[in-house]
Amino acid sequence: MTLMTATAKSVLTIDSVGKNYVTTVLQGVSMSLQAGEVLALTGENGAGKSTLSKIISGLESPSQGTMTLRGQVYAPKSRRQAESLGVRMVMQELSLIPTMTVAENLLLGRIPNRGRWQANWIERHKLNTLAAQQLAKIGIQNISPDTPVSALGIGQQQMVEIAKNLQDNTCVLILDEPTAMLTPSETQHLFDQVARLKSQGVTIIYVSHRLEELKAIADTLAVLRDGALIEVCPIHSVSENDIIQLMVGHSVDQDVDRLRRPRGKLMLSAKDLGRGSAVKNVSLDLYAGEVLGLAGLVGSGRTEVVRLLFGADPLEGGEITVFDTTADPTPHAVVKKWRSPRAAIAAGIGLITEDRKSQGLLLTQGIRVNTTLSDVAAVSKFSWLQFKRERKIVSDLIHRLSVRCNSMEQAIGTLSGGNQQKVIVSRWLHRECNILLLDEPTRGVDVGARAEIYGELERMAQAGKALMIVSSDLRELMQISDRIGVMSNGRLITIFERGQWSEKSLLAAAFNDVDHRSTLPL
Amino acid sequence: MTILTKPAVTGTSNSQLGTYLGLSAVLIGMVILFSSLSDYFFSAATFLAIANEVPALMVMAVGMTFVLIIAGIDLSVGSVLAFSAAATANAILQWHWGTIPAAGLGLMIGLACGALTGWISVTWRLPTFIVSLGMLEAVRGGAYVLTDSRTQYVGSAMGGLAAPSIGGISSAFFLALGMVVVAQVILSRTVFGRYVVGIGTNEEAMRLAGINPNPIRIAVFAATGFLAGLAGLMQSARLEAADPNSGTGIELQVIAAVVIGGTSLMGGRGSVVNTFFGVLIITVLEAGLAQIGVSDPSKRIITGCVIVVAVIIDTLRQRRGRVA
Repeated sequence: MTLMTATAKSVLTIDSVGKNYVTTVLQGVSMSLQAGEVLALTGENGAGKSTLSKIISGLESPSQGTMTLRGQVYAPKSRRQAESLGVRMVMQELSLIPTMTVAENLLLGRIPNRGRWQANWIERHKLNTLAAQQLAKIGIQNISPDTPVSALGIGQQQMVEIAKNLQDNTCVLILDEPTAMLTPSETQHLFDQVARLKSQGVTIIYVSHRLEELKAIADTLAVLRDGALIEVCPIHSVSENDIIQLMVGHSVDQDVDRLRRPRGKLMLSAKDLGRGSAVKNVSLDLYAGEVLGLAGLVGSGRTEVVRLLFGADPLEGGEITVFDTTADPTPHAVVKKWRSPRAAIAAGIGLITEDRKSQGLLLTQGIRVNTTLSDVAAVSKFSWLQFKRERKIVSDLIHRLSVRCNSMEQAIGTLSGGNQQKVIVSRWLHRECNILLLDEPTRGVDVGARAEIYGELERMAQAGKALMIVSSDLRELMQISDRIGVMSNGRLITIFERGQWSEKSLLAAAFNDVDHRSTLPL
Repeated sequence: MTILTKPAVTGTSNSQLGTYLGLSAVLIGMVILFSSLSDYFFSAATFLAIANEVPALMVMAVGMTFVLIIAGIDLSVGSVLAFSAAATANAILQWHWGTIPAAGLGLMIGLACGALTGWISVTWRLPTFIVSLGMLEAVRGGAYVLTDSRTQYVGSAMGGLAAPSIGGISSAFFLALGMVVVAQVILSRTVFGRYVVGIGTNEEAMRLAGINPNPIRIAVFAATGFLAGLAGLMQSARLEAADPNSGTGIELQVIAAVVIGGTSLMGGRGSVVNTFFGVLIITVLEAGLAQIGVSDPSKRIITGCVIVVAVIIDTLRQRRGRVA
């Protein structure tokens, strides 16, 4: 299959589709999909995978270009309309209502009742029968339709979500990172279902950056990079290395050549940290001037570790020691234990949280207020705010990180993800913390802003700060870290030194011990 | 896209100025409307009556503005008002305290009630709605106990607060005005004010920025209790008595005034100056309706509609502002 060979048999044809927000995130994407084809859509974070999926599923409308579905012009105005035409998407975040039963979720909006009013008695028996039929369609027999969704594991919930999206008319199904939270056995089950759907003639767009999975189930590969479609080809014609090359755009080895940064004094030492089953006996040291990466699957305990270091969650076991590196000749411990972020910050630690919107930002407040939040004392005297000094400080930081904004009073919720993240980084620059913990710092951040954030992190490392970065993007970690720790199932499996790791060895460590389900950060 | 070309305005931003103008326009419009409908409305006597009635509502609304900004609510202010007034009356009549220490006792009791509401809700992470609902009942009971369920006449002991000063307006009015100014300055110019707004916007983000929200929450409720106590003193000064039933239902009027001023019930947004206008609007509306001979039931229907319409207008304005 090559670009733009729309045959009569093609189910969905996409012609020069593009999308502009403030910047162009997608341009000139054309492809054509056959019935029963499994297309692997891949690319780096921010390459345009989500935007393209959203356009196809009717959540966004394209700025340019047209689509054709089974020979008809296809321009859905809403997700609902797309669904009525048989195009459905299973999102990363599940849309199930936890307190309702599986059956109620599956048939939400068309729950059988007596008569025409919504307030009529639910026909429980009919409801469960219909739901069981729908589950059977994707080969699920072990989930009872009257189980509340909250009682199911995340893998089973994912299956229910897929079943919900498999109405009779479904002809195109988009799966967005469906295995992000699944164990290998659940993943295998999902693959079986995908094969089954394929044999029924359903076209599947499988969005993922897990290469080994793509090779296992897809027919065709489509690679996006910076919003453009780089390649569409049969997946067996390319190697995993080729795919990485296509996604990155240049030889991968180039990044890995950088030398290890010189390691400074010991700044933080954590011993036997523990919290429930999420974190078990994690010990690690952080040194001045180095970047420690933390890899692992979602739910392996990475986020929990940085939250423990920051005092955001109470420590149930172990101890954390922070050293005063300015003391000569040998650093001595200044803080041994703390119970709150407040104390951790006083000890010189900062945390950039995984979820910017709910844990980091005051969305309706301006950039200025959001920036100085980490140290309001520095812009006040006797608790009286000094706006002039504050504006000067914030203005300098905005320039330093090239935050794109109209003014420093612009509500931060109106900025792009990348610019929001830059403001959070500048918040900790304002505080001048010595140790900065970053949890998924480039999630939802565009390529340009990402480079600027990396640049700032590099400057911080040069200045002798200790950085610890949690990321799901292995190549990001391999590019910026001096050491990479890998977590699995709450344990720190190993710490690789720069030069010792490979994508394969990191992944192998991450999948270590994975048969015991990792707890999920929900 | 430019990076910071114009220096940003702080303090009074343009949209805030617009709100002030809008609210004053509504107020002036109402005065004109009632003046044209009634021969007696536009007179010094009317405005004097309003000015002397408004201070108790005003000081409570100032506290309530802070409470709503931190996304809480305090239903107990009316009961605290009666309880504080009762405690003061008791100190004067039973224990023969001087006026000043007795008034101080009333204020401290108000403060303690508010602090207790805040402390309970923070310690057990309870919604302030429920905690203050409990306080509303319990503290009202306390007021009955202290007064033996009868109105206690304190005479002119507290007269100073109600005595006419400049232009025949009571000193309580100027005290309330002072509270508005001080509170607005605290809200927009101090670290405390910034934390209050931040906590109302995203408490978890504040905690992770190293700010412990709990003492601030308690302080806001304590200040509101203190102001309710002050309102109690103002009322017993004006009526020369402490009535255990006084302030019944006034919490709703206070909340309505704050909301008419554009403070969000969702927290994170509000202004004391706007609350000042809200209080005047609701008071002028009631006085005006009474003057043109609207019956009490119809008055309540109209007031209810005005509250809802005011919130709809404010919501629409905010939504448009977000898009622009």
